[in-house]
Amino acid sequence: MTAPDATPRRWAGRYELVVGLEVHVQLRTRTKAFCNCSTDFGAPPNANTCPVCLGLPGTLPVLNYEAVVLAVRTALALGADVHDVSVFARKNYFYPDMPKGYQISQFDRPLATGGRVPIGETTDGAPLDIALTRVHMEDDAGKSVHDRFAGATAVDLNRAGTPLIEIVSEPDLRSAAEAGAYLRSLKQIVEYVGASDASMEEGSLRVDANVSARPIGETKLGTKTEIKNVNSFSAVERAIEWEFDRQCGVLAGGGRVAQQTMLWDGNRGECRPARSKEDSHDYRYFPEPDLPPLILTPEWIEARRAELPELPAARRTRLREQFGLTIADVEVLTATPEIADYFESVARVHGDARVAANWVRRDVLKAVNETGRPIAEFQLQVRPADLAALLDMTRDGVVSGSAASTIFTLMVRTGEAPRRIAEREGLLQVSDDAPLRAWVDEVFAEHPAEAERYMAGDRKLQGPLVGFVMKKSGGSADPKKVNALLAERMR
Amino acid sequence: MSPHDPGSLPVAQLAASVGAGRLGATAAVQASIDRARDVGAGRDGLNAVISSDDEAALRAAEAVDARRGDAGDAAALRLAGVPVLLKDNIATVDLPTTCGSRILEGYVSPFEATAVARLREAGAIVLGKTNMDEFAMGSSTEHSAYGPTLNPIDRTRVPGGSSGGSAAAVAAGVTRIALGSDTGGSVRQPAAFCGVVGVKPTYGRVSRHGLVAFASSLDQIGVLGRTVDDAALGLEVIAGVDPLDATSADVPMPSLRGGLAHVSDGLPLRGLRVGRAKEYFPAGLDARMREQLDAAFALLRVAGAQIVDVSLPHTELAVPVYYVIAPAEASSNLARFDGARYGARRAGAGLREMYEHTRSEGFGAEVTRRILIGTYVLSAGYYDAYYRRAQEVRGLIAQDFSRAFDTVDVLLTPTTPTPAFAIGAVSDPYEMYLNDVFTVTANLAGVPAMSLPIGHVDGLPVGAQIIAPHFGEPAMFRAAYALERALAVEAAA
Repeated sequence: MTAPDATPRRWAGRYELVVGLEVHVQLRTRTKAFCNCSTDFGAPPNANTCPVCLGLPGTLPVLNYEAVVLAVRTALALGADVHDVSVFARKNYFYPDMPKGYQISQFDRPLATGGRVPIGETTDGAPLDIALTRVHMEDDAGKSVHDRFAGATAVDLNRAGTPLIEIVSEPDLRSAAEAGAYLRSLKQIVEYVGASDASMEEGSLRVDANVSARPIGETKLGTKTEIKNVNSFSAVERAIEWEFDRQCGVLAGGGRVAQQTMLWDGNRGECRPARSKEDSHDYRYFPEPDLPPLILTPEWIEARRAELPELPAARRTRLREQFGLTIADVEVLTATPEIADYFESVARVHGDARVAANWVRRDVLKAVNETGRPIAEFQLQVRPADLAALLDMTRDGVVSGSAASTIFTLMVRTGEAPRRIAEREGLLQVSDDAPLRAWVDEVFAEHPAEAERYMAGDRKLQGPLVGFVMKKSGGSADPKKVNALLAERMR
Repeated sequence: MSPHDPGSLPVAQLAASVGAGRLGATAAVQASIDRARDVGAGRDGLNAVISSDDEAALRAAEAVDARRGDAGDAAALRLAGVPVLLKDNIATVDLPTTCGSRILEGYVSPFEATAVARLREAGAIVLGKTNMDEFAMGSSTEHSAYGPTLNPIDRTRVPGGSSGGSAAAVAAGVTRIALGSDTGGSVRQPAAFCGVVGVKPTYGRVSRHGLVAFASSLDQIGVLGRTVDDAALGLEVIAGVDPLDATSADVPMPSLRGGLAHVSDGLPLRGLRVGRAKEYFPAGLDARMREQLDAAFALLRVAGAQIVDVSLPHTELAVPVYYVIAPAEASSNLARFDGARYGARRAGAGLREMYEHTRSEGFGAEVTRRILIGTYVLSAGYYDAYYRRAQEVRGLIAQDFSRAFDTVDVLLTPTTPTPAFAIGAVSDPYEMYLNDVFTVTANLAGVPAMSLPIGHVDGLPVGAQIIAPHFGEPAMFRAAYALERALAVEAAA
């Protein structure tokens, strides 16, 4: 096997990679797509089930309105054309974790078609978008658990019937890195509209990659394979590169790529063909007779559009223009809507956006990463107004920079207001003349030679003398004031 | 009223008597239990009722009597103390729901059908479950894993199907009403064969929640009744929108019993236009059947109706269209019976073999045949030629009806081409399918239709079918009440 990072270069100039992605996103609804069961993650096996999602005889699906709202919101955020009539269809196949014997999906009349995912900018600064084919709604299968009981497979149907949207891209991606950028951008948009947690690790975002290779200059698509079983964005990139390398090898040797499903094995870092049976489905799609067509009025669709929050690309532009931030700053600060909201609150209250940006990028995100808690929880402990107050205190010389760091750490731990912490911990800077003069007098008394030389005009001694005063004050003296007082003593 | 035989009381009278305290629900139920025993309704007789729990039924009757005792609200119950039977594809929590199939032998549903819940709320007492062609696929109730049901009028004959158990039980006088399901005629055809009334409501009129699906776009729960009024009461109770069925219609159910009222001029059908569609009277139709229908038209005319000739040109395509769409939906609906979670399971080496054994042994020949047909017509490469084409023609059939109903209020047709045939006489599946020739059209178009007995040929009952536009049950029942009364007057004369 070739090291993954070597692959693109090995075939550079000879073959071109073509990738299309199918992304399944689990919608963040309280209840399932077609029944009232909870979608809570982590319940005991089969606890979140009812006759409908168990597919018991005589049950019928009833569409969850909340799922339609989230699906439409996502489709609109992706710039897709949401149709006034879409039709659910049955996708028929047998599997133990598919209790109805079919999945309720959409086929020839999907919820939305078209749209795009921005993945960055071209070298001349134009936005680089990947076109979408369609966005449709469907329900999820349960889980087959193969490693729980020896020699047997267990079925957990808690996930069965959970609402999903499938987002299908055109075969417009030309590198594994583009695929990664596409997925990160798509995840960010889905998070911004609040449609999903979009976590590959937890399975709320799943990716199948259609990969083909063709000689450079060829315009017809090569035979594709579909890679499944990938569980992180970086694994998607590695799997695509591995598969591209394999296909190029086949083509270069005069062979033909077989159309098949490949399963990514993350441990071995390679794809292997799925058993051929998993590949030979005829799903026998037909319109789902238990559900009327989904009819959305233009007014309703426009109302969902009006509800959309500011999307990542727009927010990045606005933060740069409104606050004068760098590209690097806004990339970090707009990673999630929560971070961006937090930053904007701090910046608005404190006033100096660059200082706020530095603090959020450095200290806040560090604390969030260390505690492992989402920013939604973090901001209950360190409210944006409290952080802004700390920045105010630093700017106004009420506390020193190093004291501010100490105070911030204690804010994270205790949730207390910064002034209160500063007072209790004795971290307020002393800027009253009387105590400062007393400390200067003491230092001059203890170091008469240096004092004499300084007063005679030796400016080199300014630094050490300030240091002595700071030390005597236990760090609480306002260094600016100390400098000024020393300067007064110079003859 | 006759307190010695509560089973002979019409549903309205029985419910009123129980509600008013003149008769105990327990006595009514006991009379039905006795009657079932006397006529041999069970497995060793007519084989119409395949599961029952007499003790539970009597306890439920006691509960209705007790409600009357303390709250006095039994008077408000429209079916107080009325014994009912349910086709075995309608889910109940206290009795098995087998669909006449080995694959669901002993299966008890954890929830109840909306129609059953509404019957119970109205004070009805569920007496038992009735035999049926397996998964409602058949026109004779010969295709049940629990053996054939016999026609109580002539025990050498089939009762029709697939709701043959319900029709036979009502004909035998076990109960006055029973629920069936009608996908292509499965309530109306057995009603005709057994000489009772059978109603298939408008698609969406009655919730399908709890009806084990055969062909979801065609299935409707229907009512079999001894008389038009019995059936009307049953339908009024079970009809109505249901949040558990997205295809149920939010259309209020007007009273169907207006037709009961006597009209002063003796012309109850004044102003009603009744269509006579030539496609339902083909040249090959049995002359004696035609004669019976002609007599019925004459009675309607006497009752004030105007008879209008109409044409529904796509009628002859209905059977082929039906036998593409219904099996297609069935092949998907029956996929869930795989042995993995409930019902019968036959072991096998590995998952695929378990599926194979379970389904091969669990389903009978007719069900297997339709699953195979349905799988075929939905397959890649055949979908357009069969399923899509059938849906297009289905649209033409529906259009035939809407055009006909521009000029008439209802249609009157034969329910079946022949009276009940002998058990075992029809072995060719296609010949069996032709039994549905006059009934499948209403399912394909979603319109309501009902059969009522209008006479006999060779001592066997003959049914006439009244078809109405969508949600046109009131007009349909108006014609049915008038025809039933005219026939009774004629018989008494």
